[in-house]
Amino acid sequence: MTTIRPPPVVKLADGGTHTTDVTEASAKDHTKGWRRNNLLSSERERDDMSPERTPSVEWTTDQQFQTNSYYGSPTFRSMDRHELELRFKRPKSHTIRFRGKTKNESRDLLALFLQLSPIHPFSRLSHTQFIILQQSSSVSMASGQQLSSIKGAKVLMVGAGGIGCELLKTLALSGFEDIHIIDMDTIEVSNLNRQFLFRQSHVGQSKAKVARDAVLRFRPQISITPYHANVKDTNFNVDFFKQFSVVLNGLDNLDARRHVNRLCLAADVPLVESGTTGFLGQVTVHIKGRTECYECQPKPAPKTYPVCTITSTPSKFVHCIVWAKDLLFAKLFGDKNQDNDLNVRSNDTTTSSDHSEDIFELGPDEDIQQYANRIYDHVFGHNIQTALSNEETWKNRNKPRPIYVKDALSDESIQQNGNADVSNDSLSSLSAMAYLGLKNPQDIWSLKESSRVFFAALKLFFSKRQKEIGNLTFDKDDPLAVEFVTAAANIRAASFNIPLHSLFEAKGIAGNIVHAVATTNAIIAGLIVIEAIKVLQNDAKNCRMTYCLQHPSRKMLLMPVEPFEPNKSCYVCSETPLLLEVNTHRAKLRDLVEKVVTSKLGMSLPLITHGSSLLYEVGDDLEEDMVANYEANLEKVLSELPYAITGGTIITVEDLQQELVCNINIKHREEFDEEKEPDEMVLHGWTTPTPAVENNKDATDNNGASTSSTSKSAPNDMEDDDELSILETGIETIPAGGKKRKSSDVSTPETLIDEKRAKKIPEQPENDDDVIVMLDDRNDPVVTL
Amino acid sequence: MTGAELTEQETALYDRQIRVWGVDAQRRLSKSHVFVSGLKGTAVEFCKNIVLAGVGSLTLNDDNPVTEEALAANFLIPFDENMGGGGSLAELCCDSLKDFNPMVHVSVEKGDLSSFDVNFFEKFDVVVISCCSLAAKKSVNEKCRKLSKRVAFYTVDCRDSCGEIFVDLQKYAYAKEKADETVECLLQYPSYEEAIAIPWRSLPKRVSKLYFAMRVVERFEDVERRKPGETSISDLPNVLKLRNELCLAHSLNESQIPDSLLERLVVSTKEFPPISAVLGGILGQEVIKAISGKGDPLKNFFFFDSVDGKGLIEDISTP
Repeated sequence: MTTIRPPPVVKLADGGTHTTDVTEASAKDHTKGWRRNNLLSSERERDDMSPERTPSVEWTTDQQFQTNSYYGSPTFRSMDRHELELRFKRPKSHTIRFRGKTKNESRDLLALFLQLSPIHPFSRLSHTQFIILQQSSSVSMASGQQLSSIKGAKVLMVGAGGIGCELLKTLALSGFEDIHIIDMDTIEVSNLNRQFLFRQSHVGQSKAKVARDAVLRFRPQISITPYHANVKDTNFNVDFFKQFSVVLNGLDNLDARRHVNRLCLAADVPLVESGTTGFLGQVTVHIKGRTECYECQPKPAPKTYPVCTITSTPSKFVHCIVWAKDLLFAKLFGDKNQDNDLNVRSNDTTTSSDHSEDIFELGPDEDIQQYANRIYDHVFGHNIQTALSNEETWKNRNKPRPIYVKDALSDESIQQNGNADVSNDSLSSLSAMAYLGLKNPQDIWSLKESSRVFFAALKLFFSKRQKEIGNLTFDKDDPLAVEFVTAAANIRAASFNIPLHSLFEAKGIAGNIVHAVATTNAIIAGLIVIEAIKVLQNDAKNCRMTYCLQHPSRKMLLMPVEPFEPNKSCYVCSETPLLLEVNTHRAKLRDLVEKVVTSKLGMSLPLITHGSSLLYEVGDDLEEDMVANYEANLEKVLSELPYAITGGTIITVEDLQQELVCNINIKHREEFDEEKEPDEMVLHGWTTPTPAVENNKDATDNNGASTSSTSKSAPNDMEDDDELSILETGIETIPAGGKKRKSSDVSTPETLIDEKRAKKIPEQPENDDDVIVMLDDRNDPVVTL
Repeated sequence: MTGAELTEQETALYDRQIRVWGVDAQRRLSKSHVFVSGLKGTAVEFCKNIVLAGVGSLTLNDDNPVTEEALAANFLIPFDENMGGGGSLAELCCDSLKDFNPMVHVSVEKGDLSSFDVNFFEKFDVVVISCCSLAAKKSVNEKCRKLSKRVAFYTVDCRDSCGEIFVDLQKYAYAKEKADETVECLLQYPSYEEAIAIPWRSLPKRVSKLYFAMRVVERFEDVERRKPGETSISDLPNVLKLRNELCLAHSLNESQIPDSLLERLVVSTKEFPPISAVLGGILGQEVIKAISGKGDPLKNFFFFDSVDGKGLIEDISTP
């Protein structure tokens, strides 16, 4: 691991004074037995070279060194002409000068000199004295051993966002000299509050590249290699990963984390993984064969909602957001051919579902206002009216109220809407809010305001962004889309008697925006570097998972926990076969690929084989006829494939890039529960997502709000950054439930606030300084065959 | 601008953190004034955090010239063979910090920390001092306490792989949000002088060993008239002697302050960057809490040691 450059020639200018004897024991202490003789011989060979051309160490003292006395900490000075000087006051005044051709060379010389201490009385210094000298070499580090492992390390950082900026800075300050950094993102305004390496003027540029340039300004002598690319790109393969000593993740999504986990396992490179949300954060260490891999434990699944809750019986604002975003917005502005439950479900009790096909088409003679009115009346009025006719649904629920345009807007506002000249230049800002004079995104609009925003946004889309219609997907950075979704969600909420929300809040929910502050990212980055150094020193036994908590648990704000051993039934790191229950007479290969292989198993370049025959693969270099063949297979039912997949079949699924191979035992099953098992497939043995809780984005209420279990809420998978992948009808949340194992014995109630009560709570007996928290009660994945 | 509402620019920039602490807190932050003295790595981390968070103003105090050592631990100062061309640490840090967030007013206050009188501190809501002598800590803390308004006082120190934060919010009332209800809480903080005067025997049984070790080193530097961090291995015998004396006086078992811990603190006085990042982050969070009135502030000491990895809160106050 440790790489030390070959020694430059060291010339001890002031010969006669360093006559202290050198012993094997002293040599061993600080150089790990490293080539003392080497240096001595090179010194002899080069003795005649001139000092101008040869880096040199000059050592002046008029006294013999006392080998047993303490040498006080030296003062360190940077001299002219790249020289460095160490001056000692104790026990006798003496100085040592380091003269290289450049300042860096002088530094190297000093660092090297210190490592070669056997030729110098420094070898008699205690370990801690040695540390001082190391630190004097302008790199603040804790020990010589650390220094060399840090300097020699080649580090890969994945992610240059919130954690990434902090991490790159801390790595550079800590003495790392060879850092590679991958990030596909470009800089946005909302990053600037914490991604401190970026400025307003960088908006739109590559995060990885700008971060590199920013760090090189204060640490120009180190090497930082940026990649403005997706870590899932095929050139970042196992061989690429193998060149690194350690991989540090500062990612913002589960998918990429899993991908990096697999590559680290395949390349056998240790991984330090991290995440933050708000004031919470965590750092974990994953070393193949020693600690659990990132996928050994269940990960919180993105929250999904039953379809009928969204289409018929919303009870929370988030349900209205999902409806507005994934159904209405998608239907109006997205791909019209996409399956969409907006009509099907809301009309399935009754009448004119044949008509629904046309509802969202702009009629040939229809102007935009008429169209907008018709849509409004249909989705907020007619559909609710229709749903109301099903008495059964509303037995135990509050009945919604249909809202028609005429109810929401007075006649004159309808008139206004009708007269609004959408081609007017004042609309060029493309914001419905600006058009309507609504300013504060924190304000909660009334039903009337929401309706006006709805109309204005719809008309702006049709008049100003006509070309995009049909291809739009919701984007939280598209202000008009956010306005439309907020308005539509609020109108629906009004209908169902659900409290309305501001645009700011709605944007957070719809865009899955994760809370983020600089402080937590800085703390987590510091902890990542601490763990990375342990990994580099092969000190795996002292590695810890650390949780950064919002409320202290047993007095701890930063809680270290011993890492877990690998999960023996983890399909990723232990090759345990999976079991898939599926109706082999109904499910197509496409279903298997989409619902299991890519989504659940997270493979991006899958290859599916049955026995020795290939059923499916993805790749750039495939023959045309093969591609056609695979395409045909995709549409076939499993039991009708050329090599039929039936109950008892074992198929092999692998990803060549991730070097991950899984065997899946197929079990035929006839029936599935439509609501609970909408995929019509059940996969056992993969780390089943823990049930996510309903979205709770309330800042103060968040994580650890349940005072009885602060650390339980330390999330298992958190997002560093703004975005994360969202399921079709899902809102990803931070699981308040977290992992069971963490809740088991760290649920000390908050004691700081109530001092009287605090006195009554006895200290826990095992709470000793030297004991770290051990937790058990792990969740096991669903039992396999 | 009355600051009643956040501007559009502020809303866009602070979007993600407003989602953490709310608009009210952001508004209070933008009206707050913070003073920081002693700009080594940890204080610099703190400054970065608080500027990004969007305080109203930040005043920096550190007349020391830029040295190789200071440069090594400071990401605010661009690399320069001329060591910053003669500017003080505060001046050079100021330039970079302004750049981080144009909405924060960053300025430099020259002069020795001890020369600032009570009235000087009235301008601030938060005072943070780092790498200061025991005498300076006590005196600045007392000055802050003499004012009629509350000035939140913090110290932060990092030695080797250990760190300490002290907090004095005097009388601090806040609304604690608990499950569904809001509880009014009142915290009473001791001053630095009061806190460290508390007999060790009367402290809770499992107070972090770092608390005692830091007191020993602090006392040593005080009696020897050293600058903070100006110790070396040659001091260890005397530090151990002082430890023994203090333990005897406080009837505390010497094993509560292990030799090895003292050796680390005495010998390696540099700030280790990852530790600075952690301490600067925790301190930033605490200051944000105190300004915004949101969240439970820590009372009154925080310790971090990367050897065991724990970040501990200790309440060192008389019941």
